[in-house]
Amino acid sequence: MERPLTKRPLIRRRTLDRIGLLFAALVMVSPVVLFFLWMISLSLKYEIDNGAYPPILIPENFAWSNYVQVFRENNFFLYFWNSVLVTGAATLLALIIGVPAGYGIARLKAEKAAIVIMIARMTPGLSFLIPLFLLFQWLNLLGTLWPQIIIHLVVTVPIVVWIMIGYFETTPMELEEAASIDGATPWQVFRLVALPIAKPGIVVAFILALIFSWNNFVFGIVLASRTTRTLPVAVYNMLSFEQVSWGPLAAAALIVTLPVLVLTLFAQKQIVAGLTAGAVKGG
Amino acid sequence: MASVSIETARTETANKRSKPNRLAPNYWPFVVPALIVIGAVIVFPWVFTLWMSVNSWTLGQEQTFAGLDNYIRLATDFRFWESLWHTLIFTVLAVVAPLFLGTLAALIFDAQFPLRGFLRGVFVMPMMATPVAIALVWTMMFHPQLGVLNYLLSLVGIGPQEWIYNRYSVIPSLVLVETWQWTPLIMLIVLGGLASLPREPYESAEIDGANAWQKFRYLTLPMIAPFLMIGVIIRAIDAIKSFDIIYAMTQGGPGTASETINIYLYNTAFSYYDIGYGSAMAVVFFVIIVALSLVLMMVRARTNWSDMETR
Repeated sequence: MERPLTKRPLIRRRTLDRIGLLFAALVMVSPVVLFFLWMISLSLKYEIDNGAYPPILIPENFAWSNYVQVFRENNFFLYFWNSVLVTGAATLLALIIGVPAGYGIARLKAEKAAIVIMIARMTPGLSFLIPLFLLFQWLNLLGTLWPQIIIHLVVTVPIVVWIMIGYFETTPMELEEAASIDGATPWQVFRLVALPIAKPGIVVAFILALIFSWNNFVFGIVLASRTTRTLPVAVYNMLSFEQVSWGPLAAAALIVTLPVLVLTLFAQKQIVAGLTAGAVKGG
Repeated sequence: MASVSIETARTETANKRSKPNRLAPNYWPFVVPALIVIGAVIVFPWVFTLWMSVNSWTLGQEQTFAGLDNYIRLATDFRFWESLWHTLIFTVLAVVAPLFLGTLAALIFDAQFPLRGFLRGVFVMPMMATPVAIALVWTMMFHPQLGVLNYLLSLVGIGPQEWIYNRYSVIPSLVLVETWQWTPLIMLIVLGGLASLPREPYESAEIDGANAWQKFRYLTLPMIAPFLMIGVIIRAIDAIKSFDIIYAMTQGGPGTASETINIYLYNTAFSYYDIGYGSAMAVVFFVIIVALSLVLMMVRARTNWSDMETR
């Protein structure tokens, strides 16, 4: 009889604590939620509703036409495709180059290579841009997507190498040693033993490289021409036309960032793991 | 010099040979492709920037060797010193605010409550969102007449603000956006620190009757200090380089009120095409960032060391 009497207030206190914490977390998260709600709201309102005072959150008529307008008037299909090509190529190239490199550096215990990557992370993106801009001009590559694919490697390669070093340092050596005793070449050991174990790490590196390349803006504004713009540059260029109305602008902003946000929600675990491990961001 | 290096090389090979590690495979082929790429897109630009910084060259004009002229010009350039000052204010604010809020958020998300995983996912979204897209929506929200922020302020009885359209409030307004976006990174780093804390000190503190604040102040805070320092270092490096949000929202304006070094550098190199001067600025900027990182890392090393001593 005694037990329930002493336990009950404790349980009640714990539930109260949890409700309090949930409330605190909701307060913390509210600027994020309100911002994105407002972004969606802006993108779905006609000009008259966007100019209303007091502001309207949910309009009577949804302006789906804003989205149609973005794609019809601004070449957004082309820019979307450009973004896919640049980000896709820069990320895949970084994986092809960076995963073996991370493996090699981890096995060589070459700390100095890691320092180069740390310094690369400190370097402002613009100081890569001046020399490479001149180089691309000289090679007559401006006007194609190649300059952007190449310069995005500045973002993606360090992310992939950094995460893979960390990952391969934690994978066990015993299997690899056993394989090389059995006569496997280093490449076979890597390909058949190390690589399959490293899959989760590769996924983390892939996602982070993808996101930071997709979001990159500074390289695009210098290197992109009318036909080679990526989405962040395209949306910025919409902004500089003063007469453009808010609805389509917000719709364009949402189109640019939606793929990344969806990926963030689905791959939350990998992103959190990757960012806490390396806390890398390029550019 | 040569003989010395040969000597060391010899002893190194001798050491390697004397090790019974006959299985050690050759790992260099794995690294070479990345070395080539890093050499081309990272090391080559460093060297080239250094070379350009001692040249006088505006695109379309003759290139001449200028020695240290660009650096002397930089030292006497009022606009550069002003941008340095803006960078300093922006960086300090954009480190302190996320540090405070991120730690608070981490303490909350470290506990157990319903919907924790989902809410943490939502909280992380800003730092993954495309900065330009975010900046665009904030610009609309900051609009003095039609913006939603002034409306929200009016609900609590505060008069309309000019936000990014006023030279005194522009930097704090930009910091607000930066804080909104990067608080989650600090939260994740500190959360990692909190997860690694041992249970025992808290149990004995509870027996001694310590309250929640005392437990935080005397147990949690000292133990997560190294993680806070990592957060400060990473945040400082990112904040000092911040470009997308500032450029997309104000382009350094009104006037030059929010022109940081990075924005001035961009304008010099890609609006005025003054490549030589821009390169000198890039070199100085790079040195500032490395110096800042070194100072912070030294502080971090010292913090750890004094912790060890008190224990």
